[in-house]
Amino acid sequence: MIEARSLSKRFQDKKRGEIRAVDNVSFTCQPGKIYGLLGANGAGKTTTLRMLATILEPTDGTAIVNGFDVVEHPEKVRANVGFLSTATALYPRLTAQEMVEYFGRLNGLDEPTLKKRIDDIFQRLNMNDFRDRRCDKLSTGQKQKTSIARTLVHDPPVMIFDEPTTGLDVMTARTIIGFIADCRDRGKTVIFSTHIMSEVERLCDHIGIIHAGKLLAEATLTELRSQYNEHNLEEIIVKVVGPLANAEA
Amino acid sequence: MNLNAIGVVYRKELTEWLRDRRTLISTVLVPLLAFPILISGMISLSAVLIGGAKKEIPKVMIIHGEDSPAVVAALSANKEIEVVPYAANWMDQISEKQIRAAVEIPEGFQASLDKGTPQTIQIHYYEGELKSEFGAEHVEKSLKAYRDDLVKKRLEAKNLPDSLIAPFDTKQHNVAPPEKVGGASIGSMIGYMVIILSMTGAIYPAIDLTAGEKERGTMETILSSPVSRLDLVLGKFLLVFSASLTTAILSVTSMGLSFAYMGHALSNSANTSAAGIHMNLGLTSVIAVFLMALPLSVLFSAVLMTVALFAKTYKEAQSYLTPMTFIVVIPAVASVLPGVELNPKLALIPILNTSLICKEIITGTYHWNSIAVIFASTCVYAAVAIFIAVKTFQRESVLFRS
Repeated sequence: MIEARSLSKRFQDKKRGEIRAVDNVSFTCQPGKIYGLLGANGAGKTTTLRMLATILEPTDGTAIVNGFDVVEHPEKVRANVGFLSTATALYPRLTAQEMVEYFGRLNGLDEPTLKKRIDDIFQRLNMNDFRDRRCDKLSTGQKQKTSIARTLVHDPPVMIFDEPTTGLDVMTARTIIGFIADCRDRGKTVIFSTHIMSEVERLCDHIGIIHAGKLLAEATLTELRSQYNEHNLEEIIVKVVGPLANAEA
Repeated sequence: MNLNAIGVVYRKELTEWLRDRRTLISTVLVPLLAFPILISGMISLSAVLIGGAKKEIPKVMIIHGEDSPAVVAALSANKEIEVVPYAANWMDQISEKQIRAAVEIPEGFQASLDKGTPQTIQIHYYEGELKSEFGAEHVEKSLKAYRDDLVKKRLEAKNLPDSLIAPFDTKQHNVAPPEKVGGASIGSMIGYMVIILSMTGAIYPAIDLTAGEKERGTMETILSSPVSRLDLVLGKFLLVFSASLTTAILSVTSMGLSFAYMGHALSNSANTSAAGIHMNLGLTSVIAVFLMALPLSVLFSAVLMTVALFAKTYKEAQSYLTPMTFIVVIPAVASVLPGVELNPKLALIPILNTSLICKEIITGTYHWNSIAVIFASTCVYAAVAIFIAVKTFQRESVLFRS
């Protein structure tokens, strides 16, 4: 489970002064469910997810990830999380197997467990053909599979995806979407951000709409449709964000 | 601190490092090949140039001297020079290398000699031009022989012994063992090279493991793993340190073997004394130099990593580290300048202190107090640099600078 409690992040910018990237955000993601975090570029999605993955430290507030506080036990949180984004690249000079092994060892897996886990994952993701190929020689789809294997190797109960399909072709994006659905089916807690509404409609059990660092709406898709009297998710977002965006303009 | 995690990070970085072609070139090929080529090339070239210059019979012009036939005859009789007819543009001819030197005999030189009035013969040459300097040297030798002969004849005429003008002789005798002679010749260079190379060896991996990670997008990947940032930075640091040491060890080994080979080759030829090169170095001294360079290598590795971490790209990191090269080169060069000696104040200046103590160690001089102060102070600087590197790695504003 993920429980964000008044999560805030402020940055200092030389030109713009203090920036509130995330402002007092609270929400809960349940195991076996997918939580979709939606918003425009710069809304605060990536910062929120990075705080949940303990890559960034909150300025105020905290989050509890699978029972561990992100501020007090960041390393334990990371051991319980699989984090995937378009910014999480692979080491070009390692093979696909070495890449996954490296993260398995960093997660403290012993060698027999690691070997078994890698064999299972490589079989499941159909990666055996390129397991000894260097990552810089892999196709985009093979790279994505390797990244997925990297996030799965320690079998984390919580998965965080930050715009995982951005810039990917249809087939590769399908692999990722299938993988996210599979994580939910295996009972993992999943949170992901995206710009692609069809993915949200297909995957998300719960949706949070974030703008200018604030969580403006949070409900199931059905509830949002009913609340805003609108079927189209894009239109719902415009209605949620619109008043604030117009005021800023 | 988790030693196992540090080991995992180090092994992974080592694997990647060894698979990088640029690493092989900068760490292995360049030090192994550059020094033999450079040193043998330089020594062979200098031997050829000096040998060639010595073989040439320099053309020398005599200015005036019509009223002093004896000195002109003495010069003309010298087979090591070729006397050419006088021309008014003798100065231009020296500049244009048509002649190597000109001897200006003052008017009435012979008459002055007979009267016992001292006179000065001027030898004109082109300083910095090797063949011109050799020409002037031959002329001077010839004139000195003429003068000695003259003195001898005058003493004989007055029935006085030769010992009147040379009551005693002097002779130099070297008591320094060969390794100290070698140390004096190239000792300062060895210390300087170890310092420079331990830094240059660290530059590429320091960039690759920090700014390179950011540029490739793997920084966020590794930060999402449970490894602590302390263990991560220490694993990376150990790799940079290993690269620094490897480059320095390979370079000095290659340099030592090149010197040894050239020393052996030159000792069998007549050019040894011409080149003036002494090659023997004590192995103990070289090992001691490495030990002194160890904390400095730690310092370089930590500082380079910290600075490179501020950069977003490989190119940006290179632009930060290039000026740092000068910061290292300047004190290292200062230490090889004549007259710069180790004192209590200089013993606390990093780089310069190690370079100076290496110069002394290589000549076989061990000032244990200075060695202890320098080793300890450099260790302190290195520890501070590692601490700063760890702290910098924990700063989000540096890791995610946009």
